[in-house]
Amino acid sequence: MATQHSRSAARLMLAPAVILLLGWMLVPLIMTLYFSFKNYLPLRGGDLGWAGFENYTRFVTSSSFWPSVATTLIIVGGVLFITVILGIFLAILLNQPMWGQGIVRILVIAPFFVMPTVSALVWKNMFMDPNYGLLAYLWEFFGATPVEWLSKASMPSIITIVSWQWLPFATLILLTAIQSLDSEQLEAAEMDGASATKRFAYITLPHLGRAITVVILIQTIFLLSIFAEIFVTTGGAFGTKTLSYLIFQRVLESQNVGLGSAGGVYAIILANIVAVFLMRIVGKNLDA
Amino acid sequence: MGRITLDKVTKSFGDTNVIPPLDLTINDGEFVVFVGPSGCGKSTLLRLIAGLEDVSSGQIRIDGEDATNLAPAKRKLAMVFQSYALYPHMSVRKNIAFPMKMAGVDEAEQKKRIEAAAKALNLTDYLDRRPGQLSGGQRQRVAIGRAIVREPSAFLFDEPLSNLDAALRVNMRLEISELHNQLKTTMIYVTHDQVEAMTMADKIVVLRAGHIEQVGSPLELYREPRNKFVAGFIGSPKMNFIEGSVAAQHGAHTIGIRPEHITASETAGLWQGVVGVAEHLGSDTFLHVHNTGLTDTITVRVNGEFGLRHGDTVYLNPEMDKLHKFDAQGLRIA
Ligand SMILES: Nc1ncnc2c1ncn2[C@@H]1O[C@H](COP(=O)(O)OP(=O)(O)OP(=O)(O)O)[C@@H](O)[C@H]1O
Ligand SMILES: [Mg+2]
Repeated sequence: MATQHSRSAARLMLAPAVILLLGWMLVPLIMTLYFSFKNYLPLRGGDLGWAGFENYTRFVTSSSFWPSVATTLIIVGGVLFITVILGIFLAILLNQPMWGQGIVRILVIAPFFVMPTVSALVWKNMFMDPNYGLLAYLWEFFGATPVEWLSKASMPSIITIVSWQWLPFATLILLTAIQSLDSEQLEAAEMDGASATKRFAYITLPHLGRAITVVILIQTIFLLSIFAEIFVTTGGAFGTKTLSYLIFQRVLESQNVGLGSAGGVYAIILANIVAVFLMRIVGKNLDA
Repeated sequence: MGRITLDKVTKSFGDTNVIPPLDLTINDGEFVVFVGPSGCGKSTLLRLIAGLEDVSSGQIRIDGEDATNLAPAKRKLAMVFQSYALYPHMSVRKNIAFPMKMAGVDEAEQKKRIEAAAKALNLTDYLDRRPGQLSGGQRQRVAIGRAIVREPSAFLFDEPLSNLDAALRVNMRLEISELHNQLKTTMIYVTHDQVEAMTMADKIVVLRAGHIEQVGSPLELYREPRNKFVAGFIGSPKMNFIEGSVAAQHGAHTIGIRPEHITASETAGLWQGVVGVAEHLGSDTFLHVHNTGLTDTITVRVNGEFGLRHGDTVYLNPEMDKLHKFDAQGLRIA
């Protein structure tokens, strides 16, 4: 898009998409802001007039606010950590020439196609159920007492379930990145006397930097609003109440739209703080 | 030191045999060029020497010691790749320092060697740039710098100039030759460009389908090619080959005459033909002569300009003492 003419043409062509997106995002945002200043209780009197900043103060001063922020960040951080580390490992593994590569790759990618609700239910009932879950059988086989995963180790369980879902995504992106690594670079490093671990640290890992950044940024966006996995497993109990789950409870269980909307605005602020931090830490990798 | 000996080395990829048993000795300080058509196994041979591929059988000795199963890093060889294979996320300085860092050379010594290499290769101003911010020629020099600082016993080059434009190629050719004169280290250089081979080599190894067709100095190969393949491959434009009765008169199946060993005349000569395309290079003119009754086209190199036009009749006089004779198998007849 070099010339003046092509630039203005481009703007014109882009306009419909931009306007649609703006409307799509602005309308809910403005409605959230609007309701957050209202005293709006649909089943208990409806619109009871303006509330000022009362919803905001009530939401933060509630005893579940800070724990929910902490839970959100722990889940996001835990899942990112597991998926990136295992993703790199799996990507390297899948990149090796081996028998049945195509099938193995499909199997690795498969979890991504399972809907979050379904996969959480499968984990809950088939693996983690203390009576007839597979893990319970495994524990019993070794003579141990089955663990009540979702109540006694709720956070690790949820992090496991979510990581299982997102691992294929991370693996896929990292695999394509590894495949684009020039093999001559590795050979040059080998001739330069770098051992396999050093080749990984000095050549492969820096090459993966950009892909890892993409994985972290995209996963963070989705993980901040994780909901279904918590809804069908613990229902927010046992210290697994994330910010988005707290908002859900305020709006639907307590039927307080105003309070929930204020929480929504806090969620936006949290997401932005996380985004700023992430861009500071990993964003420079995106510059060519 | 850098004496490399290949003893009955073979290489197969699965069922395809790329290098049949091959013997070759490369002496210390020699500039050896592997040359041959595409796919003849030049790169494979170089990678076998480097240790990037395992030999299927045979032995590689470096300075008398068996290196057949030695890891690439232990062979004390440095390689310059066709794609340069620079590390894109490291500065030029770090690229050059990398092999020393891996070898545990101390910082002060690293610095000294980097500066010396940068000076020799005109890279001093670019040390803090990334490879992506350099031109092709500069990248090439960084790759060479990275090889030099290791002080290897031999350098391996795999078509290092093929990504450069013609003018730069001539420059880099001179620089590499100059480097060899300074360092006096063994260099093995792969190319499919016979001009590079002729101008740079102490010793040329002509390969065809993994076989060594001939080993010798550039002039030996030019003057006494052992067979038709070498005769056709070395020299530019290509040697003319003539079969049939004319060849039989000289007691050969095929005779060969280089374009520079034929004089063209407008009036009289041994052979007669019609001028086709004439390529004017200024210093020389290459005439493509047809309808000689000898072979399809005879190429003639004429000094300077030549008066004849397309379609004119021309007479050719070969220098009989420069004639090459080959038998039915394509081997040279002395
Ligand atoms: N990894 C491999 N697997 C199977 N065949 C291979 C492999 N590497 C090379 N070959 C084959 O070996 C032969 C020699 O290849 P090589 O790369 O050595 O050719 P080359 O002389 O370097 O050619 P070029 O001038 O085009 O670089 C080719 O026929 C090629 O197809
Ligand atoms: Mg090659």
